[in-house]
Amino acid sequence: MEITILLNGKKRTAEVRADTVLFDLLRDLGCASVKCGCETSACGLCTVLLDDKPVLSCSVLAVRADGRKVDTLEGLQDEASAFVGFIADQGAEQCGFCNPGFVMNTIALLRENPDPTDDEIRQYLAGNLCRCSGYEGQTRGIRAFLNAKKEGRL
Amino acid sequence: MLTIDKYLRPSTLEEAYEAAQKKNSVVLGGMLWLRLANKRVSTAIDLSALGLEYVTEDEDFWHIGAYTTLRTLETHEALNNMTGNLFRDALKAIVGVQFRNLATAGGSVFGRFGFSDVVTALLALDASVVLYKTGALSLEDFCRMGKVNDILTEIRIPKTPVHTAYFAQRNTATDFPVLNVCAAEKKETITIVVGARPLGGTVYRFSAAETAENMAERIAGDAVFTGNTRASAEYRRHLCRVLVKRAVDEIMAEREGI
Ligand SMILES: Cc1cc2nc3c(=O)[nH]c(=O)nc-3n(C[C@H](O)[C@H](O)[C@H](O)COP(=O)(O)OP(=O)(O)OC[C@H]3O[C@@H](n4cnc5c(N)ncnc54)[C@H](O)[C@@H]3O)c2cc1C
Ligand code: FES
Ligand code: FES
Repeated sequence: MEITILLNGKKRTAEVRADTVLFDLLRDLGCASVKCGCETSACGLCTVLLDDKPVLSCSVLAVRADGRKVDTLEGLQDEASAFVGFIADQGAEQCGFCNPGFVMNTIALLRENPDPTDDEIRQYLAGNLCRCSGYEGQTRGIRAFLNAKKEGRL
Repeated sequence: MLTIDKYLRPSTLEEAYEAAQKKNSVVLGGMLWLRLANKRVSTAIDLSALGLEYVTEDEDFWHIGAYTTLRTLETHEALNNMTGNLFRDALKAIVGVQFRNLATAGGSVFGRFGFSDVVTALLALDASVVLYKTGALSLEDFCRMGKVNDILTEIRIPKTPVHTAYFAQRNTATDFPVLNVCAAEKKETITIVVGARPLGGTVYRFSAAETAENMAERIAGDAVFTGNTRASAEYRRHLCRVLVKRAVDEIMAEREGI
């Protein structure tokens, strides 16, 4: 089947099978930031934005993205760069494997709720699993970013 | 891994229903549960073009289209206002936002999973379901029904404001619940549903005059609990007693405006 998606602002056409998942299509189209952790919809690592909503690309059929907008970290570098340094400053990452999923979902969180409480941050990012950290560093990093923004330090 | 030979996106319910009658075809909701199965299906029937993604209301009911996502229910303000934030409370621990942006109300109800937070909450609200050929029936009856080869089109919730309380115990955050309990009070009747025993939600109804302790004892004594890798039957029974009491205490306090 031939499908067309608007990938990071550019129209891309691809041939997919009935059971190709969006994750595999995106990797084939060169989006190396999109990673697969569990393939059972449980870890959040494969998060991308589909029509601006965060979804698990390992669990969406590629045909279901036909005619829709898909954004990956490759297309959202500017938005991500505003806060990733704050997370790194907290030493939140150890192996870093979970990072692309966290960053994508944080982008979605901040678009939906630009001024979240710590509980709202934890709640929104609960579907992103990290095997190394205790999640506190990520929460502190996002908090530090939000504080810097409020205090006009950005 | 789910292997699909043919993908079909019907434009009418009749077409979807016809396709679903064929051997080895499967109806797709959000596909999150389905894709865990290791099987080959001849035709996957995608409901996304049938206009089944909606939450509307009339005088008597809320109407929830089968293709509506769990995230839509969780964030729907009016629906949550009427149900004491039940959807927000019951759905928030289901994996994550990205998951709930895909999982559908129809797939969650049609699956009638014993562990389901969605079914436990909807049972407490006296919800009913509409199946394309079978017609409308109460969710309670649907949960007792055997395998049915039909298409779930809508979930209906009576439009009566309710006080609710929802508790689910999980071994780790976002894991499947070890037990879930929902209590809902309307018109002097308290409905209590206990699910994830790990069998599915059983519905109990009490007069609001009964004490929380009595309700908790009676349910814990009556309901069937079994053990699995997540919890023993005895632990579930103990949790049931604690969570039912807590849920009833919470709705009583809410009712009295404490
Ligand atoms: C890893 C994981 C963790 C989970 N944790 C929880 C949890 O903690 N709590 C909880 O409540 N739930 C949990 N669930 C279940 C989840 O919330 C959904 O209920 C489940 O994924 C089914 O929804 P779906 O839209 O993905 O349906 P699908 O997987 O697409 O379908 C499920 C079944 O329903 C059929 N179907 C779907 N839609 C229709 C329709 N409209 N008409 C007829 N048949 C239909 C399908 O053919 C299939 O048999 C979990 C699921 C997974 C995969
Ligand atoms: S790889 Fe998609 S949720 Fe884990
Ligand atoms: S830093 Fe290693 S998985 Fe998160």
